[in-house]
Amino acid sequence: MTDTLTIPSRPRAFRPATTEPPVIRRVLIGVCLVVLTVLLFAPLIAVFDEALRQGWAFAIASLSESDAQSAIRLTLMVAAIVVPVNAAFGIAAAWAITKFDWRGKAWVITLIDLPFSVSPVVAGLLFVLMFGANSAVGAWLVASGFPIVSALPGIVLATLFITFPFVARELIPVMLEQGRAEEEAALTLGASGWRTFLTVTLPNIRWALLYGVLLCNARAMGEFGAVAVVSGKIRGQTTTMPLMIEMFYNEYLSVAAFTMAALLALLAFVTLTLKTALEWRYADQLAASHRH
Amino acid sequence: MTTRPFTLRNPTPMPGWGLSFGIMVTMLSVIVLMPMAVLLWRGFASFGAAEMWAVVNRPRVWSALALSFRAALVASLFNLIFGVLLAWVLVRYRFPGKRLIDAAVDLPFALPTAVAGIALTAIYAPNGVLGTPISEVFGVRVAYTEPGIWIALIFVGLPFVVRTVQPVIEEIDRETEEASATLGASRLRTLNHVVLPMLAPAALTGFALALARSVGEYGSVIFIAGNLPNVTEIAPLLIVIRLEEFDYDGAVAIAIAMLAISFTLLLAINLIQIWSRRRMGAV
Repeated sequence: MTDTLTIPSRPRAFRPATTEPPVIRRVLIGVCLVVLTVLLFAPLIAVFDEALRQGWAFAIASLSESDAQSAIRLTLMVAAIVVPVNAAFGIAAAWAITKFDWRGKAWVITLIDLPFSVSPVVAGLLFVLMFGANSAVGAWLVASGFPIVSALPGIVLATLFITFPFVARELIPVMLEQGRAEEEAALTLGASGWRTFLTVTLPNIRWALLYGVLLCNARAMGEFGAVAVVSGKIRGQTTTMPLMIEMFYNEYLSVAAFTMAALLALLAFVTLTLKTALEWRYADQLAASHRH
Repeated sequence: MTTRPFTLRNPTPMPGWGLSFGIMVTMLSVIVLMPMAVLLWRGFASFGAAEMWAVVNRPRVWSALALSFRAALVASLFNLIFGVLLAWVLVRYRFPGKRLIDAAVDLPFALPTAVAGIALTAIYAPNGVLGTPISEVFGVRVAYTEPGIWIALIFVGLPFVVRTVQPVIEEIDRETEEASATLGASRLRTLNHVVLPMLAPAALTGFALALARSVGEYGSVIFIAGNLPNVTEIAPLLIVIRLEEFDYDGAVAIAIAMLAISFTLLLAINLIQIWSRRRMGAV
């Protein structure tokens, strides 16, 4: 051996001890891509493929039918009622939970989350039992010309139940992290309660609020099980877009069903895009909420 | 904390207590608590526990309940394993299109279940894009059989485990893995004995959320399931059928049975979680 150090002509690539070998990495990435393609991307493509099977004109014509039109109008109306009510509840609940110390807080948080573990069908059943024609209250409501089940109020109530935790769940972690110091400072400086909320709290939580509203809206417009039970599925009157999809589908009007589905898939696209944009741009103001 | 006389709420100058607490309690009562109470009252007080048991204790109801919980468990177990894997790949590896994939994971949250239902059926039907090759190669039908239900429930529960595990992986201190490697552990051993135990509590949370969601899932399943009584008829569908027959008591009994089983399961998962957190120290 000479005293010169021999350097191998082709050094082995350095791999940190905290990564997997490249082959395994590639295999794992491949597995994930295949599963996601088969489960997520293929259905999405299928929706648009089936909708356009007989051309654009046919697809658009199926949407301009009066039943389809009234389904779209009803879905927009339900979302327009449910989302603001839910946002108001979410803000109130988050304020009461994060700005005050009181007993039983953990219980209330659990109860707010309760609708997540109740089947949508059971959610619909709850309101049928409460306000259906077979209950005393329901019979009286129907007699006095204000039916809840098989009408708009029932659909709204069931959708509110289903989307109940969305906004509150987004706001509570964010407001907990932000603490109370800024509001206390504003109050010390003489701001009124409402002014404190509007100029101090709201700007701090606006992106988290928007995030919660987006998810709530997506669910409100897409809810199927709860609305199917409570709405009575009266064609042209209490049929929302997801229910219309089922009706078209069961009548073998495939293009009409998938065109309606494509419309809701576009909504999902918009939701995901805005949501992702929020996550990239304002990650710091969502951090607590976005990842549980 | 100093001892204070019993009060519901600690005194504070913060405004809006009455309004915010009032709105919260009113809405919680009207939309969640009262309807749930009416269901339980209908079941236990006006129908009776014995009668409820008689309604539930029938082959068709049992097989629907068993199917719902079995399929939800299968799908959630798949999502548990695949979710941890996907979260790992998304946090640790770099590959083109990663951000797109990361965003797409939330698709099941955004896409209405009825849309997912008819789309999955179109693909996995015997004449569908994936249904045809699967039946030719493996000789199995996916749509209109139990595996079809698994597929729909896997779709619905996909994001939960990924989204609970991802932040935990992001926060893992690489030094622990380095320490394990310097002590001579192979990569596999480090992953098994150092990394996975750190992910377990979050993964279990995601599993519980996915399970709760998929047990009650209705919209995406009914299209792909075939809905054959005793074979591919899920419990939520049976509730809908009972309601269509105006058999309210039957619907109430199945609903209460579903709630009872899923709360027991969630409680069990919570207990496992408390145990695993304690084992790991405070995580």
